[in-house]
Amino acid sequence: MNQSKLTAGQMLNLAVVTVTASCGDTFLARGMKSVGPVSIHHLGELIHAVLTPWVGAGIVVLIGFFASYLTALSWADLTYVLPATSIGYVIMELLGHFWLREYVSPWRWLGIVFITAGVGFVARGPSYTHTHQSEPEQQQIEEGQHA
Amino acid sequence: MTQYPLLWQILMIGCIVLWATAGDVLIASAMRNIGDLDRIRAVKGIPGAAAAVLGSPRFGLGVLCMSLSFFSMLFALSHGDLTLIGPAAASLTFVTNAIAAKFFLGENVDRRRWLAAVFVCIGVALLAH
Repeated sequence: MNQSKLTAGQMLNLAVVTVTASCGDTFLARGMKSVGPVSIHHLGELIHAVLTPWVGAGIVVLIGFFASYLTALSWADLTYVLPATSIGYVIMELLGHFWLREYVSPWRWLGIVFITAGVGFVARGPSYTHTHQSEPEQQQIEEGQHA
Repeated sequence: MTQYPLLWQILMIGCIVLWATAGDVLIASAMRNIGDLDRIRAVKGIPGAAAAVLGSPRFGLGVLCMSLSFFSMLFALSHGDLTLIGPAAASLTFVTNAIAAKFFLGENVDRRRWLAAVFVCIGVALLAH
């Protein structure tokens, strides 16, 4: 197994994946609550929803999430990125409890413990392992640059 | 709203998880094939990195599968039990992704990664309580 360790920039990228996923979903939820239910017969209301500040901000943040998620997958395994970034669920719960004063049931605290343990397991291992696939096209790009 | 029996809800959860896993694996495979985006961006700039991603048929197929997963989720949520379908689909995807990554991406999923996938799966399911 390749014992790939993350650079500071890559760790920052994973943090961006975590934060943007949580914030993007929260912004969309906040925006759609103010828009109200959208009927399938009035889909034009969705365009109106996209133009509201919270939904628009949510979409922009989620585009940032997707870009950073793709970047993470280009140098780390899927089985590393998904559990490592699931700490976002924990951040959302803790924000809800300590900032919004929401009630967190004992089951949810147990869920936080499980997720944190899962993140701890994967974070202590390598981020990248060998695959059966061909070498990346990036080598061809770099070779083309030097030619 | 039509409330479907449990068997149908399980089938709908299966559809969501299947499309989400296919999407994640195809996108991960495309990104692995393209290579480190940070290095591509350093050489060819953001437009070059974007062109490398958008020009990958595997990436396009992955996005299509993710879209199908999204619409399956919308359909399931409009006809099924929100408290069952949402957490079940979100948590099971962690385990199916680990299985698919091992067999289709050739990732070395060791005991530590299995434990991580199972722990996060249980944790996400518990957060729904």
